[in-house]
Formats: sequence, C-alpha cells, structure tokens
Amino acid sequence: MLNSSIPTFEGPVCPVPLRHEEQIVIGHGSGGRMTHDLIQKIFAPAFANPAVKDSNDSAAVGLPAAAGLQGRLAISTDSHIVTPLFFPGGDIGRLAVCGTVNDVSMSGALPLYLTAGFILEEGLPIAILEKVAASMQAAALEAGVYIIAGDTKVVEKGKADGLFINTAGVGWIPPGRDIGGQLARPGDVILLSGPIGAHGIAVLIARGELGFEADIHSDVAPLNHLIQALLAAAPHTHVLRDPTRGGLGTTLNEIAVQSQVGMLIEERSVPVLPAVRAASEMLGFDPLYIANEGKLIVIVPAEEADNALLAMRKHPLGSDTVCIGQVRSDPPGRVLLHTLVGGTRIIDMLSGEMLPRIC
Amino acid sequence: MQFTDEFRDNRLAQGLVGEIRRTVTRPWVLMEICGGQTHSIMHYGLDQLLPPEIELVHGPGCPVCVTSLELIDKALAIADQPNVIFTSFGDMLRVPGSQGDLFSIRARGGQVKVVYSPLDAVRIAQENPDKQVVFFAIGFETTAPPNVASVLQSQALGVKNYSVLVSHVRVPPAMHAILSSPLNRVQGFLAAGHVCSVMGYWEYPPIAAQYHVPMTVTGFEPIDLLQGILMTVRQLEAGTSEVQNGYKRVVSFEGNRPAQAMIDKVFQPCDRNWRGIGLIPQSGWELRPEFTEYDAERRFNVGQIQTRESDVCIAGQILQGLKKPAECPAFGTLCTPKNPLGAPMVSSEGACSAYYHYARS
Amino acid sequence: MCLGVPGKISEIYTIAAMRMAKVDFGGVFREVCIETLPDAKIGDYTIVHAGFALNLLSEEEAQSTLALLREMAEFEEQLVISEGITDLPAG
Repeated sequence: MLNSSIPTFEGPVCPVPLRHEEQIVIGHGSGGRMTHDLIQKIFAPAFANPAVKDSNDSAAVGLPAAAGLQGRLAISTDSHIVTPLFFPGGDIGRLAVCGTVNDVSMSGALPLYLTAGFILEEGLPIAILEKVAASMQAAALEAGVYIIAGDTKVVEKGKADGLFINTAGVGWIPPGRDIGGQLARPGDVILLSGPIGAHGIAVLIARGELGFEADIHSDVAPLNHLIQALLAAAPHTHVLRDPTRGGLGTTLNEIAVQSQVGMLIEERSVPVLPAVRAASEMLGFDPLYIANEGKLIVIVPAEEADNALLAMRKHPLGSDTVCIGQVRSDPPGRVLLHTLVGGTRIIDMLSGEMLPRIC
Repeated sequence: MQFTDEFRDNRLAQGLVGEIRRTVTRPWVLMEICGGQTHSIMHYGLDQLLPPEIELVHGPGCPVCVTSLELIDKALAIADQPNVIFTSFGDMLRVPGSQGDLFSIRARGGQVKVVYSPLDAVRIAQENPDKQVVFFAIGFETTAPPNVASVLQSQALGVKNYSVLVSHVRVPPAMHAILSSPLNRVQGFLAAGHVCSVMGYWEYPPIAAQYHVPMTVTGFEPIDLLQGILMTVRQLEAGTSEVQNGYKRVVSFEGNRPAQAMIDKVFQPCDRNWRGIGLIPQSGWELRPEFTEYDAERRFNVGQIQTRESDVCIAGQILQGLKKPAECPAFGTLCTPKNPLGAPMVSSEGACSAYYHYARS
Repeated sequence: MCLGVPGKISEIYTIAAMRMAKVDFGGVFREVCIETLPDAKIGDYTIVHAGFALNLLSEEEAQSTLALLREMAEFEEQLVISEGITDLPAG
C-alpha cells in the first residue's frame, strides 16, 4: 500500500517476532528453528572437524586402523531437564536412558553403553534420586544396555530445577549398514510407529499450570528392539529418526533438508489419540509439533515398505504403525501436507517455543 | 471429537465446494476478521479449494497482532518490575515491543507466566499474596467475558493484588473503518462466530445495510468456513445484503445476554489504537471508573512511554515486522496462491512459521 | 480471539458466588466458568474459550446443519458420476 495516511486493512498485520540473537531465550531449547540456528551459527563452526559429516542424531565414527574395527561406532549425547521430574508414563531418568538409546539406535546401531552425569540441586530429597536411579536401571535393562560411567555435581538451590541429567551413549553399527537423514530418496515410503503428541502433552499437563486433567501418558520407551526387528525385514531402510522436541513436523523437515527431497504427508493418516487431540485443540497446538519419546519415523524404499510395516506391527511398540506419506523429488527441502479437506499446505519447522494461543 | 470431526469431513467439504462453484458467476472479494478463521483457512488450505473467482482477504482479526505498540511497551515495563508476576495468554509472549518482548523480560529474570484462563491468574494472585499479579487482558468480544469475570471474581474474593492491563478491541467499529475506507475492496463479510456467540449479531444489520454488504456469521471448522462462504456468495450473486447465521449451533441473534450484561458491568467503550492501522474511534473497551482499582495502567503508573516501531522500508511506508504477503520477498515466486504459505500470525505456530521462513530467507 | 472448543458439562458447582463446571472435552477435563449460562445442566454441550463457557451448543442445530450438508454432498457425488466430471480439485 503506497499511501501511508490511509490505513490498510487487508492482509495479515502481524508483527514478526524478534530474532533474539544476543541472549538465550527459552525458544532456543525448543528443538525448532531457533535451536537449529544456534547449532549452525555457534556450535557447528566452533567444533568443525572431519569426523562430523552429517547432522544426524548420533555421529558415526571409526577407530584407528590398528583397532581392526568392523563397522562403525555410533556416539550420541543428550541432556534432560524436564519439569516435573515425574510425569504419567515416566520420569527424567527413563527419559534420559531411552533418549540416548534411541539417538544411538537411529543410525541402525546396536546400543551398548551409556554414561550418566547428574547435576543435582541443593535440597533435592535423596529419595527422589533413588527413584530416578532405579528407573534408569530399569530402562537400561529394558533396552539391554549398561550404564558404565557417570559424574555428580551439586549446585546451589535455585540453579537446577531439582535435577538435570546428561547421558552419552555408544553403539555399534554393523558393517554395510548406512542409515541417516541424508539418505531419503524420491519414491521412498514414510512410516510412523504410532500416535503422536502424547509425551509433550503429558508433561505439560503434569506441570499443573493449565488446570487440565487427562489420562494421557508419555510414550517414553527404548526403540532399539523395534528397530532391529524392522531392519531384519527391511535391511535397505534409508532413514530412521525419532520425532522428539519439535515433533513430527520439525523432524520431517530436518530430513527433507538433509536429503534435499520433498515430502507429501496425508493428514488423515497421521494418528493422534483422542485425548491428545482434545488437549491440543484447547491450547491451539498442532500435534505435528509436539514432542514424542517413543515413536519412530522410518523412511524405506517402496519395495521394502510392506515388509517393514508388517515387521513393525508385530512389535508391541509398533503395533499402530501406519504409512503417512511419500518422499518426492520436489520441492526439495519442503514438507507438504494434504489436509483433511483436500487442500495442501506447507509444514514448516517449529520456530521457537510452542505457546498456547488465543485466536 | 464430537462437534468437531463431523465439521472436518472431506465428503461434506466436496459437496460445499461443488455448490460454491456452481453458484459463482463473477469475481467476489470476501473478508473474515478473525484470527482463528484465518488460521483455519491456512491450516486446511481452504483457499485452494475455492474457484478462482473468490478472493479471500484476511482482516485485522488477531487481537494479539493489533494490540498497540504502546500497550505492549507498558506490558513490558510492568513485567520488568520486581515483585510483579505478569500473566498472559501464550501468544502474547512473542509480540515485539519497541525494545524486546516478554521473552526478553523473562530472560532478565522477570516473572512471566502463561495462563490458559484469566481466572487462573486470579488464583495465582491468591497463592502469591506478597506479589502483584497482572493479567494482560487482550482480545475481541469473545475474550471479554473471561477477562471481566476475572475482575469480578477478584472483587468477590477480596483479592487485592490482582490487576488487568486492558487492550480490548471490538468488531463492529472495525467493520465500519474497513468498509468506509476509500481503498476498500471487500464485498462480503464472514462474521466471527465466537464473537457472535457472545454478542449475537444484532449489531451487524445496520452495517450491512449502510454499505450494502452481505454478511454470514461463520464458525471455524473447514465445513463451517465453506458454508459461510457459500451463503455469502449466494447473497452476492443475488444482490442482497442481509446478515445470515451460518453457525446456528452456537449463535443466536441476541447472543448471550447475561454475558453481555457482565461485560457491560465492567467495561465501557473507548477509542483504541490498532497496531499497524491507527486509531479507530470507540473500537475498544476499557474498565469503568468503579473498577479503576483493577487497572494495571494506573496501579503501576506506566504513563509516558516512548514507542518506536523501527522502520525497514521496502516501499517507504512499511513498518518493520508489519509484512503483507505482497511485500514478502517470496511472494509470487516461491509463494503463490496455488502454493500458499501460512498466515503470518504471531499467534499461530505451524501455519505462520512457513511465512517467516520465506520472509527471512 | 476465537479459539473455542466444544465440551460436555459433567459437574456443576459454585466458587466465590460464580457458577462453575467441570467440562469434558473428549478425555481432557477442565474447570470452566458457566456463570452466564444459568440454564446449563449436566450433559449439555458448550463452547469454551479461555476457561469460560461462551454459549450452549445445540446438538439439534448441529444435526440439522449436518443433514443439509450431507444432502449437498450426495447431490455433488451424483453430479460427478452422471456428468463424468474430471476437472474437480483432488479431494
């Protein structure tokens, strides 16, 4: 509009949010675009080295030649800061173990060993710590991994929200197995192991600030056994990823960009539990962006898709596996959604923090 | 979900789209003034289903976005004070003021809490008697009942440490301003369904008659929107300018009279500045004098605030951050009506972030 | 301004002289102010926005609207079949 003295009413008039480039704000931890920007602008340039080639959930690396290693090692790390510490379906300990087991497993690796570093807040009841440790051991047994090393630090009251945990994991990628976010190809089928959004909503409700009551549980679980069953039936699987922070929408975008492919997702195929959907509607959240901690995205060549689906459905953690879409050649790096009523829209990455909306 | 899923049914959508196509004989411009409707249209890609003759234009229907810069700055000033717990609807946190946003305040140690309902803010005030709890009471008419209810409840409970920063806007004056503008192209209106569930639609027939513009009270699900569009287009083709109700399951002509009475008890009309638009007379609500003690502006004495929208001008007149699709660098290239991006609404995450992706790159 | 979600009233009580209800949104429950709906009863559906019930939802009106739309959808389907129309947008 050229004449500034006449107000214009057409078109959205929304102020673009600030970019927050000088201070960390909560959105930087959301797993979305702001987190990615932080990694691209600060960490990647600082840590540039030949061992890190692809931006996957774990790094696949070798050993000095004298070690005679067959295959590769998968190494990953993650920190866990969830509030509250205990929520329906899990706790920070289970989250820590499963999170790193899963990150390592996304390369097709067999997860083997975990380390666990604890930052404890002064005043944390020891009984809580005992419960968390027991939960971690239970999760480790479930996954079939050992927690072999750790560290403990204590900070003053007010500096750690009770308890923070960092875990690092090591796994072994058998020779000949190459799975990663950069390997999706046009024509591939996209599978999802079950309904999305439960973990994020369960934790949010458990914080008690919304006044919601619901029978919604986190789906936190170790996915390595499901993955091994899948790979036995579909050995040429291209991509594995768990849609954690930032949700399915962000994760698909990451893969689309890494592989430089397009994706078309069918909205009606994406499963969401009724109560999760209800909570999302009330808050104005899109389930596509809500965190999951026990779900798997599998991108597999069309010829192995049926086998993959069947194998996953036989496993308790994959019994609701569905095909949600397809990989295409364009638009490269873009994820499109075919909506319930036949329109098509873009699914972008989550930008920053997801906030309950009013309109 | 009951009363939701049925109104997202693909088959019913196709039926409505078919009927719209058969009805339309020439181009029409329709506007909705409701952030929720804009979001829904973008979320479901509804504009792609419509025949090319129908142009959907989005009006200033997002109360988050039209809250004046001055009030945002006042909110930031209040939230920055020690001893204040500043409460707000979630999407307000992202709105930029002259310097920073509520996230920045939080980053410097201010207490900023998101609440689902202003009634929860009253509870926070009860639980924190040594703090001042302020609620950012923004919204159209839909949000007025919960906002005034929080003031009344605070009064009934004797909660003295609760106050509200009011920035309400009203639809009918906005419609007048839009329709009387020399640049107006809008020929038909979709009236906001939830605003009307509270206010009824008795305010609209005089406006429809004055400007000869048909209106349909419309809901939010894709089926509701398509139905609202069909009803409006039918009127346009017939040359009539009535106000019809396309959201009968929730809206009646009189609306919710007790809710209107509750609003009237606490609020009175006032002039309001709409961000990016300017002053629209009598287009807002403010607290009545007898409720002054709950007015956060007075309680915190945030009087003269220097506001500054920084201007990065593309065409010399455009304020930074107030981007319209025509000014987006991707418009017409990556973003076309066939391949739409989301509505650039701060208050909607998924639909709008695609827009920001292009606007930044 | 318009995020309103339908829910079913499952309990009614009073807090600080205001009528409140526990509403079931399909597995998620939340306290809602129903002060402006004096005729609301348990089992009624209402549209809720920011913890406040804006108005009752009429199941009858909803069903009658859906019935009309279903007729329209059927008509459309018959038309597509009888005219062999192939240029409609993919649905």
